Amino acid sequence: MKILTGNDLRSGAVTWWNGTGWSLFVDDAVDVGDEAEEILARETAARRVNVPYAIEATIDAAGHVRPAHIKDRVRALGPTVRRDLAVPTADKTGWDWVI
Amino acid sequence: MYQYDSYDQAMVDARVEEFRDQARRRLEGKLTEDQFKPLRLMNGLYLQLHAYMLRVAVPYGTLNSQQMEALADIAEKYDRGYGHFTTRQNIQYNWIKLEDAADILADLSRVEMHAIQTSGNCIRNISSDHFAGAAADEVVDPRPYAELLRQWSSFHPEFTYLPRKFKIAVIASEKDRAAMRLHDIGIRIVRRDAGEIGAQFYVGGGMGRTPMIAPLVRDFVPLDQLITYAEACLRVYNRYGRRDNKYKARIKILVHELGAAEYTRQVEEEFAHMLAVGVEPPREELARIATYFADPAFAEGPKTLDRSDPDFALWVDRNTHRHKHDAYVSAVISLKPVGGIPGDATADQMRLVAKLARDYSFDELRVMHTQNLLLPHVRIADLHAVWTALDQAGLGAPNMDTIEDIIACPGLDYCSLANARSIPLAQRISERFAQAGRTEVVGELKLKISGCINACGHHHAGHIGILGVDKKGTENYQLSLGGSEAEDVSLAKITGPGFDEDGVIAAVEKVTDVYLASRTDGERFLDTYRRIGMEPFKEALYG
Repeated sequence: MKILTGNDLRSGAVTWWNGTGWSLFVDDAVDVGDEAEEILARETAARRVNVPYAIEATIDAAGHVRPAHIKDRVRALGPTVRRDLAVPTADKTGWDWVI
Repeated sequence: MYQYDSYDQAMVDARVEEFRDQARRRLEGKLTEDQFKPLRLMNGLYLQLHAYMLRVAVPYGTLNSQQMEALADIAEKYDRGYGHFTTRQNIQYNWIKLEDAADILADLSRVEMHAIQTSGNCIRNISSDHFAGAAADEVVDPRPYAELLRQWSSFHPEFTYLPRKFKIAVIASEKDRAAMRLHDIGIRIVRRDAGEIGAQFYVGGGMGRTPMIAPLVRDFVPLDQLITYAEACLRVYNRYGRRDNKYKARIKILVHELGAAEYTRQVEEEFAHMLAVGVEPPREELARIATYFADPAFAEGPKTLDRSDPDFALWVDRNTHRHKHDAYVSAVISLKPVGGIPGDATADQMRLVAKLARDYSFDELRVMHTQNLLLPHVRIADLHAVWTALDQAGLGAPNMDTIEDIIACPGLDYCSLANARSIPLAQRISERFAQAGRTEVVGELKLKISGCINACGHHHAGHIGILGVDKKGTENYQLSLGGSEAEDVSLAKITGPGFDEDGVIAAVEKVTDVYLASRTDGERFLDTYRRIGMEPFKEALYG
């Protein structure tokens, strides 16, 4: 699947396109398919999110979204060395797939 | 230490308000990110993996307790309760909101600090020997000259858009504790036989993608021509540096491609021209600056201490440094607890360090390029009290210059440029050696880890260096041996094929095994490597 991500303008927090807006939770990311370029152009113009971009991802049987590249997996949860500061996730296996 | 005059304060305050307006326009959508990015970078505000990151300058690593307390307050009020001290003697905050950034800069300005020129293609924070003003072996305190360079380089209109970033280090002793020859310009203050003091200029060093050791360009510049000579070095670079290629834009590439002799010839030509122009600040300005760095009122006192507590004695042996006054020492505060994150300090730890500086070190603190802190002037009589307080706060690790004292960049845990994580390696290696009781056995061993080729973790200069790379989407680590950032400067050489995370930790153990089996009396790891060469290590790793 193809999903969109960026950093929130105000806070810098990692955000994911959920179909209508930007969510802090990777599991909310939706497959944008062929619409990536159109949404990115629109959202870049809206200036709410810094430098949004499209990435490849997979979704598991439980519905958890997993970015393909290690950098975006780290972005999805937070620093692996400060899990106390991690983005809250319902995915109990979250840290298992980051690295 | 230096105190702002009305000009300094007005300049910084004006910059805060200018940035406040720029940030407001960005938040209101009146500026695009492409328009805003160069403006925020000029004020040290990056966008990293998880949030904005603010890098605050600590000029030549010197600060007082009030400033450290302000840094603690910022960590607590605007960040997540901690900060990260860097290899260029600065501090970074990892969780900054754009809407808070101007307020943070205003808070910094109130204690004579800022984030100006901590990013961008300009002259960055001037770094120096962390023992400056305290070391027994220095010719003079290098900080007045570093401060003069800071004032000259701040907002210098000609050098605001250089081909690439530009880093200067100033030292004043034979011992190099600032990686001086791995800077764009390294300046060593020296005294001639006749007693005259001047500056050696080394130009064109650096780490990063193409590591180079700076050659000596001039062996003596009179101190009343220091700025003029620096200006000449920059002018030649600004004129001919490779603006067409980011990866060839640092001055080291220019000096290498021209050759040191031709670069020097051009600098000397420019220098002669600039002498006639007269850009050197008046001597009175240097004299004014120097008054801020006068020695504090050192008092006589005991020169020995009670070493009956073995933990205290070990810390004294490892973490203190000889002072120019024999009743004092400089005390290193390790930010490398076993299994900890190198360079990180909580707000509470910063406040404790500030209190210790106020109570025991004439209100002075230093940030070390090794990502530790320093109390420069501690009476030997007070040392046990200082150690006790540090130890209770988790700041008493006796590991300066050991394999636990690892330099590590933020790596892929925080940095948008990184290819691999650095911090977990540092944590696991320090745990492995501490738990096995091998730290003391191995002795001095400087291990440095970078998460990408930009080399913020100084891996080229590590006795053992580790570079994280991206290998088909997974972390991989190249091991290198034989680097040094000190007066015996050298660049580390790669051992061979890389390793995964577990593999590189095992590899570090193997190379220390080779060292322990091969060393002769008194040899450090680096000495043994230089004597026996790479082959025995390669054999152990790949044979």
